[in-house]
Amino acid sequence: MFAFALRRILVGIAMLLAMVFVTFVLFFAPGNPAENMCTKYCTPEKIQQISQTYGFDQPVTTQFGLFMKGLVVGRDYPVNDEYRAQLEKSNPDLVIHCAAPCLGYSLKQSASVNELIGEAAPITISLAVAAFVLWIVFGILFGVIAAIFQGRWLDRGLVGITLVVYALPTFFIGVFLLQYASIKWKIFAYPRYESIADGGLFGWAMGLALPALTLALFYMAAYVRITRAYVLESMSEDYIRTARAKGLPERVVLFKHGLRAALTPLLSMAGLDFAALLAGAIITESVFNYAGMGMLAVTANKDYDLPILVGLVIVAGAAVIVMNIIVDILYAYVDPRVRMSK
Amino acid sequence: MKKPFLSVENLVVHFPTSDGIIQATNGLSYTLERGKTLGIVGESGSGKSVSSSAIMGLHRNTNAQVSGEIWLDGTELLSLSDRDMQARRGNEIAMIFQDPLSSLHPYFRIGDQIAEAYLVHNQVSKSDARKRTIEMLDRVGIPNPDRRVDDYPHQFSGGMRQRVMIAMALINDPALLIADEPTTALDVTVQAQILDLLQDLQREFNTALIIITHDLGVIAEVADDVLVMYAGRAVEYGSAADVLLKPAMPYTFGLIQSVPEVSGPVDRPLRPIPGNPPSLLNPPSGCSFHPRCAFADLVPNSSCTTDLPELEQVGGGKSVHLKRCHLADTKLMNVDVAAQGDHA
Repeated sequence: MFAFALRRILVGIAMLLAMVFVTFVLFFAPGNPAENMCTKYCTPEKIQQISQTYGFDQPVTTQFGLFMKGLVVGRDYPVNDEYRAQLEKSNPDLVIHCAAPCLGYSLKQSASVNELIGEAAPITISLAVAAFVLWIVFGILFGVIAAIFQGRWLDRGLVGITLVVYALPTFFIGVFLLQYASIKWKIFAYPRYESIADGGLFGWAMGLALPALTLALFYMAAYVRITRAYVLESMSEDYIRTARAKGLPERVVLFKHGLRAALTPLLSMAGLDFAALLAGAIITESVFNYAGMGMLAVTANKDYDLPILVGLVIVAGAAVIVMNIIVDILYAYVDPRVRMSK
Repeated sequence: MKKPFLSVENLVVHFPTSDGIIQATNGLSYTLERGKTLGIVGESGSGKSVSSSAIMGLHRNTNAQVSGEIWLDGTELLSLSDRDMQARRGNEIAMIFQDPLSSLHPYFRIGDQIAEAYLVHNQVSKSDARKRTIEMLDRVGIPNPDRRVDDYPHQFSGGMRQRVMIAMALINDPALLIADEPTTALDVTVQAQILDLLQDLQREFNTALIIITHDLGVIAEVADDVLVMYAGRAVEYGSAADVLLKPAMPYTFGLIQSVPEVSGPVDRPLRPIPGNPPSLLNPPSGCSFHPRCAFADLVPNSSCTTDLPELEQVGGGKSVHLKRCHLADTKLMNVDVAAQGDHA
């Protein structure tokens, strides 16, 4: 088991390195990034300034080396040594040391990418966790209920509702909940993110309720259907017949033998869906004006702020890789066949 | 007169579907005493498994319509409440299935799966159940049972898995054991071991045993009585010797004919029964077997296509030997089956 986990972690680190390289090459290598990043009122001097700040005037391999150095021990901006030495004399405020693990620096926002992501991440993670809990609990609950009542009205009703919810766009659900649940009926206060440190657990949860619900409903609809299908499939397996033949009560047959087999495949799916949310839920964050990673990505895209985008891609990719490792290890824990085959 | 230990009377199992009613079993009757073995033979879809699952009450969770009577040791099973039936299932009546890999839960240790059957019917501690499980594993011939009890199904070979299933089925000393194609998924060499084991255990526990199979070799080896099923009905019923050596129904005859002989001449052609098993949705008129029967022409007035023959005693014998066939004289089948090879 330990060897299994260790191997997964080593493979994960290798994947992470490969991903950083590919991301870096894709974003910084083509054309002249400085020209693209310099959007309005551009002068040749300004382009040169950006180029020297980020080191675009150097070979890509050198840039990548510096980027990796930044990740491991930190780095200084501007990258160009002469320009930096010159600035140190004339305008020392513009010389920045970005400490390890340095993901980059945004000139536009005058902040390191680490700081920007550090501010956005708690919001996005809170949103993802709250939505995840909602959709897993209710998705599986309703899915199992639908499977138990297969073909009857309760099942048809649940399946019908999930179809409608699944078809509704997130911005519709979001705006609808905001308009009605919050503004008109005042069931919830106007959603505003409060950290646990500021608002306590209750304030945190109440602030997240509507955006998390918005995000969760879509996944919940999908998970109801998937759970229903897996439960029905598992309940028609031969080992369920064996369990019944043993004389086990039907509830033991369903909840012990049936669900164990039905829910295991959900694990890998849930892990990846959750990881994808860690990159930021762009529409939900926009509707509720949450300054999470999704919003950060939107802003960075508008401004052609490459360092932020690269940082976000790397963080999102790392989230997927880490979740994958966690899922693999959990899988080995729940499925003996995976554990033994190594 | 004392009722037989197991008596199935006029058992009917129908599955309503959107296309009509699937008549999986239609008026099946047979009896079985403790310590005896009944072999039920037939092609896929002849109603062998469906009728036996009815004894287990396994149709209770489905939309199947089950009628008739099943008497086990003086109790009628079909009229029992779900709760009472559940208390007997796996306890007085146990069943083992065809594919032991898919019949065992892949995520649970085999010891836990076996002990579960013991715990649900007995007020004992977990450690007692575990002790009993190890005893049973030892009894069914699994080496190092005290270590293997903690293994998972995928760590066993096919034959060993079937032994695990047998241990699970027999842990509560059932009076009736139903084995649904217990050797079909196994190697030939392992098949014989499993059959020997079943027979040993049957003697030891004085169990009534129903073996469902399409393998006449298995029947010849273990069965006292044989029930041949076709399209949900019994078409021939009698002692193994009578049915295998003096088949009185063309279907049984065809089954025996289609067994390849290892010791016979190499160029002897296989003689399969032509055609396919009938639809249970719209069974053929008259005798269900008539479209495939080589002897239907020999019956006057083409009764085979219009009248369903009754199950009736084959003339001359003292023991019970029933056939469902219009053909009056079995000698018309014109082949001395006994000379075809020794199947018994």
